[in-house]
Amino acid sequence: MTTTATGHPLSAGRLGSWIAATVRDGLAVAWRNLIGLRRVPRLLVFSTIQPLVFVLMFRYVFGGVVGPSLPPGVSYVDFLIPGIFVQTAVFGSMNTAIGLATDMQTGLMERFRSLPMARSAVLVGRTTADLARNVFVVTLMTGVGFALGFRIHAGVPAFLGGVLLVLAFGFAMSWIFAVVGMAVGDPETAQAAAFPVLAPLVFASSAFVPTDTMPGWLQAFANHQPVSQTAEAVRVLVLGGPATGDVWQALFWDAGIVAVFAPLGVWLYRRVI
Amino acid sequence: MERAAINVVGLSKRFGSLVALDRVTFEVRPGEVFGLLGPNGAGKTTVIRILTTILHPSAGRAEVVGHDVVREASAVRRLIGLAGQYAAVDPNLTGRENLRLIGRLSQSARARIRPRASALLDRFDLAAAADRPVRTYSGGMRRRLDVAAALVAQPPILFLDEPTTGLDPQSRNALWELIRELVREGTTVLLTTQYLEEADQLAERVVVVDEGRVIADDTPAALKAHLGNTVIELDMGDQQHAARAAKTIDGRLGLAEAAEIEGSRLRLPCRDAFGLLRDILNLLEADGLVPRTVAVRESSLDDVFLALTGHRTWTGSGTEPATAGGSE
Repeated sequence: MTTTATGHPLSAGRLGSWIAATVRDGLAVAWRNLIGLRRVPRLLVFSTIQPLVFVLMFRYVFGGVVGPSLPPGVSYVDFLIPGIFVQTAVFGSMNTAIGLATDMQTGLMERFRSLPMARSAVLVGRTTADLARNVFVVTLMTGVGFALGFRIHAGVPAFLGGVLLVLAFGFAMSWIFAVVGMAVGDPETAQAAAFPVLAPLVFASSAFVPTDTMPGWLQAFANHQPVSQTAEAVRVLVLGGPATGDVWQALFWDAGIVAVFAPLGVWLYRRVI
Repeated sequence: MERAAINVVGLSKRFGSLVALDRVTFEVRPGEVFGLLGPNGAGKTTVIRILTTILHPSAGRAEVVGHDVVREASAVRRLIGLAGQYAAVDPNLTGRENLRLIGRLSQSARARIRPRASALLDRFDLAAAADRPVRTYSGGMRRRLDVAAALVAQPPILFLDEPTTGLDPQSRNALWELIRELVREGTTVLLTTQYLEEADQLAERVVVVDEGRVIADDTPAALKAHLGNTVIELDMGDQQHAARAAKTIDGRLGLAEAAEIEGSRLRLPCRDAFGLLRDILNLLEADGLVPRTVAVRESSLDDVFLALTGHRTWTGSGTEPATAGGSE
C-alpha cells in the first residue's frame, strides 16, 4: 500500500496531477448536473422564461421612456439586449447556490466527501454545469433579441467576444453563490439570501437604463459595480466603440471574484459538516 | 496478530458545548462485521463520519487499515465505501448512472465500472429499474442502490449507517443476506444499528454506545446472555400492586436479575420464560395478585440499555434517574 501524503495538493511537483484530477472529477460532476437539468426541464424553462419576460417588459413598457435619453443613433433594443445577457447570467448564478445546498441537504455531499475525488470537483462541476446552462440561455436570448429588432453593429467576432464576457461573468458569479450555497446549506434559504443581494446589483446598474438620471450617490455605486461594467463592456463589443478599457475592467472583476470565492468555496467544502 | 481493519483510540468530538463522542475506543478485525449499537443521538453517525473522513475528531485518533483518518485522509478514502442513513443518491440520475458516477469519482478504472455497475444492479434486484430515474424508486430500492453505490469501487472496508432503518421486513432480510455475502467475500463491515436483533443477526462483535460513550463491548450473544434473552412483562394495574408483585417474585423465585418496576408494569429478564411463567402466575395468585396483561417477548436493545445504563433508549437527554418510575 502506498502511503500518499494528503497535505497541500499545491506543493510543487503535484500541481499537474492536481489540475488533472480537478478537471477529471469536475467533468464527472458537471455531467451529472447537466443530466439533472435535462431530466427536470422546468429548471431550464424557468431560467429562460424570466429573461424573456424581462426583455419584453423593458422593450415595450420602458423602451419608450428610456429611448430618448440614449446616445443618438442607439436604439433601446440594442442597448437592452447586452444588459439582459448580463442580468440572465447574474440571476442564473442563484442556481449554483440552490444546487449545492440541495446536495448538502440530500446527503449526497457527504458521500462525495468520503470519496477519493478532488476536493474542488463538486464546486467546479456545479459552476461548469451552470456555465453550460448559460450558454444555452444566452443563445436563446440572442434569437429572441433578433426577433425584437436587435442587431449586431460591430461584427460577429466582437459580438462573440461580448458573449464570452457574459459567460465569464456568469461563471464568476456562480463562484460567489457556490460559497453562499455551502454556507447556508438549504435551498430555500439560499434562494431567499440571494435575491436581496442580486436585485440591487442588477437594477442599480446600467443593465436596463443609462445611469445618468440616478441620484449622484447611486450613480457612484451603479457606475463602479461589476454588473454595470460588464454590461458596458458587452455593449461596446456589440454596438461598436473603443472597447479595451471596459473589457479589461470586466475581466478584472471576473478574475478577482474567482480568485477570492473559489478558494473560499473549496475551504467551506472541506470543513462543512 | 493481524493488523486491525479499524482502530479507534480515545476518540472525542465536541460540537460547541455538546459532547458527541467521549473517548470512544474500539477495534475492528479484518473480515468481521462489527456493530455499533445505540439509540438515536448516541454518537454512532459521528463515529462513521470521522472514520469516513467527513468530520475531524476533537481528540483521540482513528485509523483505517493503518491510515490515520485525518493525516492520510485520501489514502483512507480509497479503502472505504459508505452507505449513509438517508439514501445519498441523485434522484435525477438513473440507478445505473448513479453507480457509474460514484465509480468514476472513486477512481475505478473506466473499463471496470460498466460491468461492475451492471453486476451490482443485478445483485441488488434493481436490474429492471436500472435505467429509470431514481426519483421513481421506492424507499427500499433507493436504500439498496445506496448500498450498491458504496460497493462500486469494491472497497475492503464498508461503513453502513443504519442500513435497514425504514425498510420493510422483506427488504431488510434481503439486505442482511447481501451483507453476509460481502463478508464471506472478505469485506470488513462496520454497521450502526438501533436494533439488537440486527446486531445479533449480523455482527460478530458489538459496541454499545450511549451519549457518546462506549458502555459495552462484547458479542451480541454475550450481551443477551448477560441479560437473559427473553423478557416477561406483567401489567399489575397500578404501581402499588406492581411493587407487591415484585416483592413476591424476588423473594421466592431467585431470578438472576431483579424485577424492574415501571409504572404499573413489572419487567423480568430471564432465560426460560415459559417455564417460569407458570411459577410466577401461581406465586402471584397465592398472594391474591392477578396481572391485567401478560407478555413474553425477545429482549430488545431497550432491555440491554435499561440493564446497562438504567435508562431507556428514548429518554434522550439521559438525565433520567436509575430507577425509572412513573409513566413513560
